[in-house]
Amino acid sequence: MDPEARKVVEMGYGGSERLTMNMGPQHPSAHGVFRAILQLEGETVVDVDAVIGYLHRCHEKLSETLAYTQYPTIASKTDYVAAMTSELAYVLAAEKVGKIEVPRRAQYLRVIAAELQRVASHCLWLGTWCLDMGGALGGGATVFLYAIREREMVLDLFEALTGARLLYGFHQVGGTRYDVPAGWARQCRETVDFIDRRIDEYEDMLEQNAFFLARTQGVGVISRELAQGVGVSGPLIRGSGVDWDIRRAEPYSSYQDFDWKVPVEQEGDCYARYRVRMVEFRESLKVVRQVLDGLPEGPISSRPGVKSVAQVRVAKGEGYARVEGPRGEVGCYLVSDGGAKPYRMKWRGASFSNLSVLPHILPGHKVADVVAIMGSVDPVFGEVDR
Amino acid sequence: MPDAVWGFVAGFIVLNAVIGLVTYVTLLERKFAARMQSRVGPYRVGPHGLLQPIADALKLMMKEDVIPATADRPVYNLAPLVFLIPCMLIFATIPFAPGLGVADLNIGILFFLAVSAMEIVGLFMGGWGSNNKYALLSAMRAVNQIISYDLPFIFAALVPVVLTGSLRLGDIAAAQAGVLGWYVFFPVIGQLGFLFYLIATLAAENRVPFDILEAESELVAGFRVEYSGMKFALIQLGEYAHMLGTSFLGALLFLGAWAGPGPAWLGPVWFLLKALFVFLLVTWVRWSFVRIRVDQILAVSWKLLLPATLLLLMATAVVVALRGGAGA
Repeated sequence: MDPEARKVVEMGYGGSERLTMNMGPQHPSAHGVFRAILQLEGETVVDVDAVIGYLHRCHEKLSETLAYTQYPTIASKTDYVAAMTSELAYVLAAEKVGKIEVPRRAQYLRVIAAELQRVASHCLWLGTWCLDMGGALGGGATVFLYAIREREMVLDLFEALTGARLLYGFHQVGGTRYDVPAGWARQCRETVDFIDRRIDEYEDMLEQNAFFLARTQGVGVISRELAQGVGVSGPLIRGSGVDWDIRRAEPYSSYQDFDWKVPVEQEGDCYARYRVRMVEFRESLKVVRQVLDGLPEGPISSRPGVKSVAQVRVAKGEGYARVEGPRGEVGCYLVSDGGAKPYRMKWRGASFSNLSVLPHILPGHKVADVVAIMGSVDPVFGEVDR
Repeated sequence: MPDAVWGFVAGFIVLNAVIGLVTYVTLLERKFAARMQSRVGPYRVGPHGLLQPIADALKLMMKEDVIPATADRPVYNLAPLVFLIPCMLIFATIPFAPGLGVADLNIGILFFLAVSAMEIVGLFMGGWGSNNKYALLSAMRAVNQIISYDLPFIFAALVPVVLTGSLRLGDIAAAQAGVLGWYVFFPVIGQLGFLFYLIATLAAENRVPFDILEAESELVAGFRVEYSGMKFALIQLGEYAHMLGTSFLGALLFLGAWAGPGPAWLGPVWFLLKALFVFLLVTWVRWSFVRIRVDQILAVSWKLLLPATLLLLMATAVVVALRGGAGA
């Protein structure tokens, strides 16, 4: 090669002690497509430049061209790891704007879908997070495969319910699209009991593992002030000592009928977020059992059957609905002009706000902690970029 | 047959045996890991995946060998060999049965430890020559780690030496006659020594939880991120050969080497089984822990392992002196 050309691509030390390292968008721990430009001094991160937008698919604009019956299936693609809660946010907003009643059975079905989705999503989070810390061939892969095994059981339930395993189209404005099939409740109870036992195994495996504790305790501390200032939500804010859960603060879809505990941890480190999610696992399973016990009879949708998508209209107005997704507050602001399509829609992705805390907490940590902290934030880039 | 020729022949045999063993040790590890993770593991190539290592080797041989445009070519090309040679050389002093080995040197264990520490040169050449930031960081970590863990590794390995009173590996093995004679059953000292040896082995071989140089979730693949094809295969071969070598050494130092029931010709088989047992212990750890951070690794070594092994070595010396000399 020409020696002059070679000089140009020499590593950019430039005489200083800092090294610029590019993490992503093609990186095993990018959790999708994320690019972090790290400034390193030795192994220590001194500055982070986070680049997002690789997965932008114009969700908000797209919603203006799709009818209320069509968009829920697309909404599930924002946070594809928790498709049920993304759909729910959209239909709740449409119902709020159009003042559409939802039958009690449909509300209960929505709760069961949302809580099972939380379990499935947390399974994936636990697996990938341990994978980040232990490596694809390391100890983490063991937890990853265990967690995926449990997630498959929940996906089996969803498949029986909707016919799909990842993007469901279960919710619709006015209710749900599908009722539970015969035998589903029994299968669901068995799965819930099974996963409950398996969570004990995870806790035994991880919490008595000194290396796991060394990697998570005191790492990536988000203070209470920072958490509230940046606007993180979900397990992150509960891990930082703020007792906040939308399911309890602003009950939607009959959440007030059920009894569960909101876990709060004070430390704000990776381990606190892990603890919060582990308790949420159990609490979600508890809610699922309660819903199955009290599932009322009746219709699953208040909306009569229609022949064309344009027949479903939402009254003129605007409103904001939010749900507590597995990653935090998923919100949808909807403006309707009375037609069959929204006039304007704004999406609040939980991962987007959660991810914005990274530049505040990463500096001062080692490179190895970057992936541990990012994993504990649990971003889904479909939701960040939308 | 003159001695020089015999040396070549023996070396050739051992080298090929090691290469053959290494390929199948990878299969053993994959199958074992699969069982731990409730999977099946390789199953398609041959019955129960028995031909999988061959298929892997063929694949690696046929792959294109990519050299990065900005790599330091001589260093980059030489690194896999420099890495492989010490990893293979460590088998030279291991006696697989009484008198059956390439060279049972009178300083056998010293040779083993010295040569095994040489692998760092190849690692660093690979990381530096690739001209890649991930590889560079990984090479820096490698130097840090191997310097920190060689001392505990050596101290732990010296415990049986002090007990035997000889540096010759053949003597150490011969001193452990009968099951209760194995040094791992030597009260307290033996168990602690074996434990420290295992921990130091993990670090010296860059295995989880000490695999910070590979660290695929942070540094993609560490120092070998730019290697492909046969060069990658050589590095992989060296790594597993090194692991197998230290497993053999562990079996020899603590588990009585070829001692076992049955006729004497079964000795090498027993030795191999014990070495594979040590290997599986190391593998078991690999699939159960998360990787620890570079500063934590150094802290474990300098604050915990080094003083502990040093104290253990001193305690061993005191015990031997009180017993009135080394030897069983």
